[in-house]
Amino acid sequence: MAKFRGAIVVDTEHCKGCNLCVVACPTHVLDLHHDVNGKGYHYSYMKNPEACIGCASCGLVCPDSVITVYKAEIK
Amino acid sequence: MELTDIIKEENLILKKSNLLTDNVMHYCPGCTHGVVHKLVAEVIEELGIQDQTIGVSPVGCSVFAYNYIDIDWAEAAHGRAPAVATAIQRLHPEKYVFTYQGDGDLASIGCAEIMHACNRGENIVVIFINNAIYGMTGGQMAPTTLLGQVTATTPYGRDAKLNGFPMKITELLAQLDGTCYVTRQSADTPAAVRKTKAALKKAFQNTRLDKGVSFVEVVGTCNSGWKMTPVDANKWMRDNMFPKYPLGDIKDI
Repeated sequence: MAKFRGAIVVDTEHCKGCNLCVVACPTHVLDLHHDVNGKGYHYSYMKNPEACIGCASCGLVCPDSVITVYKAEIK
Repeated sequence: MELTDIIKEENLILKKSNLLTDNVMHYCPGCTHGVVHKLVAEVIEELGIQDQTIGVSPVGCSVFAYNYIDIDWAEAAHGRAPAVATAIQRLHPEKYVFTYQGDGDLASIGCAEIMHACNRGENIVVIFINNAIYGMTGGQMAPTTLLGQVTATTPYGRDAKLNGFPMKITELLAQLDGTCYVTRQSADTPAAVRKTKAALKKAFQNTRLDKGVSFVEVVGTCNSGWKMTPVDANKWMRDNMFPKYPLGDIKDI
């Protein structure tokens, strides 16, 4: 079992749906949402939140800095 | 463990840099400029030099860089950012001065300025984004465009006989005695982003060592100009750009 759990918060209104975070995620947590934001982009969201390990890969490659990453130890 | 247990202030490990303004970047989705802007902001924040840093923005897509990073900026004429940075650095030797230029700006119209700034050994940082195309004006051929690459002005691919060869300006500048740190990085994967950040940090720290120009090239994508999705553009860059523009430190003294 993983010792850490992670979670991200996406600023959906400012996400441009470039898909780079989806590809960068090693545990396939992310996907682009079926819905669109105010600008018409399919924003990124956690499709599979249980798999997130808080590695912050998505946040590192995000060109628009819309991803905030949290990481907690499983107690 | 519920998401609400994880999303707490004490568990925060990555957030938007405080130096980035609330303005939404005008760059296309997936543009490398966004990543490098973020890294520049993070490095300046970590070094605590926000009030001592002066950036010089170029002409090109990144012309509005001053809207996004909350430091002092000057705007230079096309290609002349190293000349403007030279003046600022000589007038304010205690400041950290950097230029942020694309390949059309630095390698084409600004070729003379960057060559002589590097030859003089000015105490500045130069950040060079190489995406092998003129992005802002609609995807025309740049000096760094690869052979065979299709652009708006080379619709049948770049032909060496007609258009010359791709220019490895970073290797050229490494030959000059005025440069102290010359490196080529990319920003397509999390590991590459971390390396680029480390290179930028080293470049800014070199300013205090008075050794000369620190030059950081970032091989990037222009998915709109290349007419690809951001993910395909990253793959195309790895397959085609990296063999011509290999990553790594070229000079470090």
